Amino acid sequence: MTRPAPDTFARRLIACLDVRAGRVVKGVHFEGLRDAGDPAALAARYDAEGIDELVVLDVTATAEDRLALARTVSAVAANVFIPLAVGGGVRSVDDAARVIDAGADKVGINTAALGDPSLISRIASRFGSQAVVVAIDAKRDGDRLTVCSHAGRTPTPWDAVAWAREAQARGAGEILLTSIDADGTRRGFDCPLTAVVSGAVGIPVIASGGAGAPSHFVDVFSAGRADAALAASIFHDETCSVRAIKAALRTHGLPVRL
Amino acid sequence: MIALVDYGAGNLASVRKALRACGAVLLEPAAPADLDRASAIVLPGVGHFAATASLDESWRSAIRGRLEAGVPFLGICLGMQWLFEGSDEAPDVAGLGWLPGRITRLPDRTPEGGRLKVPHAGWNVARATARSPVPGLQDGAYFYFTHAYAAPVTGATAATTMYGSPFASAVRRGLVCGVQFHPEKSGAAGLAVLGAFVGGVR
Repeated sequence: MTRPAPDTFARRLIACLDVRAGRVVKGVHFEGLRDAGDPAALAARYDAEGIDELVVLDVTATAEDRLALARTVSAVAANVFIPLAVGGGVRSVDDAARVIDAGADKVGINTAALGDPSLISRIASRFGSQAVVVAIDAKRDGDRLTVCSHAGRTPTPWDAVAWAREAQARGAGEILLTSIDADGTRRGFDCPLTAVVSGAVGIPVIASGGAGAPSHFVDVFSAGRADAALAASIFHDETCSVRAIKAALRTHGLPVRL
Repeated sequence: MIALVDYGAGNLASVRKALRACGAVLLEPAAPADLDRASAIVLPGVGHFAATASLDESWRSAIRGRLEAGVPFLGICLGMQWLFEGSDEAPDVAGLGWLPGRITRLPDRTPEGGRLKVPHAGWNVARATARSPVPGLQDGAYFYFTHAYAAPVTGATAATTMYGSPFASAVRRGLVCGVQFHPEKSGAAGLAVLGAFVGGVR
């Protein structure tokens, strides 16, 4: 059994910026994307509100847009002094080097790692395990927790627990676990999914998908045994603030950085 | 000028950026002799202790010479661990041995038997010890950590952090300081540590 880490170790809140062509966009399942602002300005705002970490996720469709990513990462990194992870389209060690050179502390890899799991160890041996976040998109299929690639569209033979263990064995430093079923619903994280994956690995698990209210974060850190929780649109919309979520966590005896 | 030593252990960009934000003028030494021009030394680093093997005998003796001459030093993460005699992470690689003790793996159990995740990745509190605080380190503030190995609590400990059991999250002996956390990634609390170091050098 994983018990909550004792004392002062804070439960981490992470804001995700979905970026296309240098702008933050939002939309359910990448359809009907709407502009949600300037990445650097949003990052600075979340930092001021007490976010613990930032993720820039490149949801770009074209090669031209991808070239803009390094500039976006640099602009975000210039204004904040908290951990920054960058994901989306990282397919090689060179891709990882590019975003790390631009100011990222960690890279998220997903589809490329499923296609070639050695990518995890190759990036880890060059930049350290702390720089490697393996993103897992999982979908419930009866009793199975099927890992999907290509932004959740393509089922793979992997089970989420088995793939998380494999990623850890190959040198991943953290797992970013997104519930495809919960994503965009705002009805709460998939706590059973998070708990089973978090309990199966010794590295931190970041829960993602479904955040809609401060109580959802309390649930995912207690019943879901998450080490960190990520959300995007509720922060952009100001549906709930970083402060409100942290206040709720603290009320429930979960340590947070205030 | 503050020498920021690049020995290939991780990405220097964020440390460079944070030091500059604190007003530091940086020198990035290409050879050990360049350290003679530095009024202070920052040794960053993240990743595996084996990476410190790049600090060969020429670097070791140059850094040791500057520390003996009273040049202020700040080691960050791996750069702090390197001040000790060695690490269980890479038993064949010697540390500088400036501080007594050895780096060991963090426990994956609490004293009560609960499971702990290793690496210790995230924000945790540093409790300053009254005797020899690291300048700018605010007692009780949160800092960002990412490490699987840690320094023991000894007479050189300037702050402790609890993760299952206490470890040294900051060390100090004279003008030689080290922090296990990443001040360049710890928001205002981290910049306060870097700012005090930079301010103390001028």
